[in-house]
Amino acid sequence: MSNTAKYRNDFLKEVEANVEEGEWVKMCMQCGVCAGSCPLGNAWEHTPQKIFMMIRAGKRDEVLSSDAMWMCTSCYNCIVRCPREVPITHIMHGLAHYAKRLGLVPANQPTAKFAQLFWNNLSKRGRINELTLGLGLYFMNGFVEGIKTSIKMQSLGLNMIKTGRMNVMEIFGGHSVKDTSGFHAMLQKAEEIEATRIK
Amino acid sequence: MAKKEYSFYPGCSSQKGASSSNYLKSANAMCDALEIKLNHIPDWNCCAASIGYAGGGKLPRISLSARNIALSEQAHPNQDIVATCAACWLATKEASERIDHDPQIKQEVVQVLDAANLKIKNNKPVRHMVEVLIEDFGYQALGKKVVKPLEGIKIAGYVGCQTNRPFGIAGESFENPLYLDKLVETMGAEPIKNYDKKVQCCGGALAFSEPEKSQAMIKDIITSAYDSDADMIVTPCPVCQMNVEVYQDQINKKYGTKFNMPVVYYSTLMSVAYGKSAKEAALDGQIIKAKQLEAIANK
Repeated sequence: MSNTAKYRNDFLKEVEANVEEGEWVKMCMQCGVCAGSCPLGNAWEHTPQKIFMMIRAGKRDEVLSSDAMWMCTSCYNCIVRCPREVPITHIMHGLAHYAKRLGLVPANQPTAKFAQLFWNNLSKRGRINELTLGLGLYFMNGFVEGIKTSIKMQSLGLNMIKTGRMNVMEIFGGHSVKDTSGFHAMLQKAEEIEATRIK
Repeated sequence: MAKKEYSFYPGCSSQKGASSSNYLKSANAMCDALEIKLNHIPDWNCCAASIGYAGGGKLPRISLSARNIALSEQAHPNQDIVATCAACWLATKEASERIDHDPQIKQEVVQVLDAANLKIKNNKPVRHMVEVLIEDFGYQALGKKVVKPLEGIKIAGYVGCQTNRPFGIAGESFENPLYLDKLVETMGAEPIKNYDKKVQCCGGALAFSEPEKSQAMIKDIITSAYDSDADMIVTPCPVCQMNVEVYQDQINKKYGTKFNMPVVYYSTLMSVAYGKSAKEAALDGQIIKAKQLEAIANK
């Protein structure tokens, strides 16, 4: 984290350099259409409009440790309505990823946990294993919570199995790409290059 | 008519025993009737959908799609990439555009793919199946294949988010896209033209992590279908289909509603209208049975 110290007095510059599509933040003209268009707008601690202004005001910790951007459902309503064509959805994903990279995500933020589970799941074999992803989700807050959630979700799971849309055998591995070594080499290379870009 | 061929990206949820395996089954039946040949991209991988961003940064996520594009170029050099899943389509199309627009990303992607012994030209259109239907066939040609019109069924066209935004279907508006209604009409059913939750978000992946917030939105999507007198909902997106269908009993428990609204894919409707059996149309994949469609399919 120490290499970001030089930005302490200029959070906008830090976002422009290190956050996906961050160079667009300064284009926001504070009209509020994004905030009004967000399907979960009422659940955000700070709406995208507010986040953009907070970035410019240097509110680094308040932004990065907020759970706001983890409320993005990726519906792209804000993007298509933004009069400045700011790629808001991508910036929210970028801020979430950057906060995760810096270890600033609020503890037990459910979407942060699920999004990480999803990434880990796909990185392993190149394809999502829906069964282990689902179980990982149920048990992400510990064993007791996991059992409670599993009971609650039991009829849903049975419905999915009955209609051939869930397969318990996936527990033994499930679907995979064939060239796992090439796949892993590719991801590793991408992560290496990405890491050198964070300044 | 010569068969139309496409380089097909089926996506994780379409696989055997996965949540939208019924989508692929009905898409196959629909394509069979339309003489479309779907050539699967060999060894395709997950696109990271719209929720991979916690662990996956921009370049790793773009690389996933770049690998699929490279594999498609290798196996099917002259065929457009086609996806049935909204997220697969969006992620692949977006990655392709970003590689195209940003020379630095392009150069990095070349390096990254080299680690997997792959090369990319990135010169293919990336299309959704709905685009193939509308642009390569057109409503009139699609209508000619109907042998069992879906008469008397009232259907709410739930377009949702990611087949509609940010790219959408050419010529359609983001706020009120009409293609699903037109497809419903073409199949002989009655579209609910004033369905006001047509492009409302269902929560997407947050249905898993924020179930209460998402189910509140799903409740409105279904209520609106009942309010406009719909018999069923149709959608082009696997996440929309799953979210709107499978949580209805949980929503009923929480809100005291009595929802029992079938949610089908456009490919389900089209397979039935094209005379395919209930099994081929994957009607056995419905948790909430689409009885009117079963009756027509079994006729």
